[in-house]
Amino acid sequence: MTDTTSTSPTPAASGAAADINAVSLSVNGAPYNVAIATDRNLSGVLRNEMGLTGTKEGCDDCECGACMVLLDGQPINSCSYLAIQCQGREITTVEGLASRDDLHPLQRNILAAGGVQCGFCTPGMLMSAHALLETNPEPTQEEIRIGLSGNLCRCTGYAKIIEAVANTAAETPVAPPSAG
Amino acid sequence: MSFTIATSLDDALAALADGARPIAGGTDLVVGARQGKDPLPQNLVAIDRLGELARVEVTDSEIRIGAGVTHAQLMVDASVVDHCTAIADAAALVGSPATRNVGTLGGNVMNGSPAMDTGAPLVVLGATAELRTASATRTVALDELWTGPGQTSAQPGELCTALVMPARPATSGSAYVRLEYRRTMEIAVVGAAASVTLASDGAIESLRVALTAVAPTILEVTGLDDLSGSTVDDGLLASVAERASGQATPITDLRASDRYRSKMIGVMARRAVEAAAMRARGEAVAVPVNRATGVGAAE
Repeated sequence: MTDTTSTSPTPAASGAAADINAVSLSVNGAPYNVAIATDRNLSGVLRNEMGLTGTKEGCDDCECGACMVLLDGQPINSCSYLAIQCQGREITTVEGLASRDDLHPLQRNILAAGGVQCGFCTPGMLMSAHALLETNPEPTQEEIRIGLSGNLCRCTGYAKIIEAVANTAAETPVAPPSAG
Repeated sequence: MSFTIATSLDDALAALADGARPIAGGTDLVVGARQGKDPLPQNLVAIDRLGELARVEVTDSEIRIGAGVTHAQLMVDASVVDHCTAIADAAALVGSPATRNVGTLGGNVMNGSPAMDTGAPLVVLGATAELRTASATRTVALDELWTGPGQTSAQPGELCTALVMPARPATSGSAYVRLEYRRTMEIAVVGAAASVTLASDGAIESLRVALTAVAPTILEVTGLDDLSGSTVDDGLLASVAERASGQATPITDLRASDRYRSKMIGVMARRAVEAAAMRARGEAVAVPVNRATGVGAAE
């Protein structure tokens, strides 16, 4: 669970900096403290303040899903989510998938299946797929399509991406439900 | 600008009294601001962490859905699916999974779009909106709440805290269907919700139908009382379709012409009544009807 004990960002005291807020959030398990304006979107803060450029900015209109990240485990469009609303919360981006030496199984499978062409949609696709498999380790074809339905790809025709998600599910032993 | 994260409803109402505007998922507010429709309000209070707004409560007499319940919750919540199936049908069609994860029922209602998917279901289920300020609570009928496209009669400082519906007999069913060109990030071309209660002989005891995206606000079809006592057959469905098409006053925009909308709203109304009647008889029609019956966009 997230820490909600200190959820009121403290606006800077006065003057020209009044719109700058101190925001603390966790990204891929690491704590970050940023000073940002109220209207900053999460994708911009991830890319510019934190240097996490895996999250892409596509339509900036919640249509394409290139900016998909997980907020407390659930996919959101980070282009249109205020970064200040993430105070005290856990964000997962595509940089959080791979371990030091190994690609995440979804990353390995999307490469193996040929589900990456230009690659611009891939981080968002991976985040939607990851959230899907976390909640539904054995999705049907239809459930995979719904899970990825907020992510547009203009290259692959989707079939190989769906195949990669199905392959990942098939090779992952279904663990008994665990806490968290 | 100021931004506070409310940790209690009292916090939120105090901030609203000071002129702040509420934000939950921001799926209309922030998207609209980034599109340049309306600038972000100068003062915002986040209400998405308020557990008291995120509950579904069922008693013998009513079902109360907190304004902060997300679409993702609505589409799977057992009480909503059982008692207000049309709302679950609608919630499952809103936006994309990402939209549904943070977008809320209260946000959909108070954004006041005539194309809102949850609006017609709420109308046919007899919902009222609960609006609160720091000092008062009032209940508003939905046809008094929605005053025009994107407009409500809510006063500054008022927060929609819940949508409340009367309990319905076991022989009732409801459904929502919409015409769509694609399955995700779609706005209803037209849509229809129906609620049906059947008498013991299978005839209609009561029937309500409401329409999406064919008028400046969600439009309830009037004059259906004479259909009570009828059986749900082709003749009845044709009559409902004709009345829906006749009462709709749609516009032409990039999604459809007014003539096409008028024709199609009859088809959607017919299918909504058909699915609601099946559910009233206890026949399984999966949520959402659009996917269960192939009404919407094809593969």
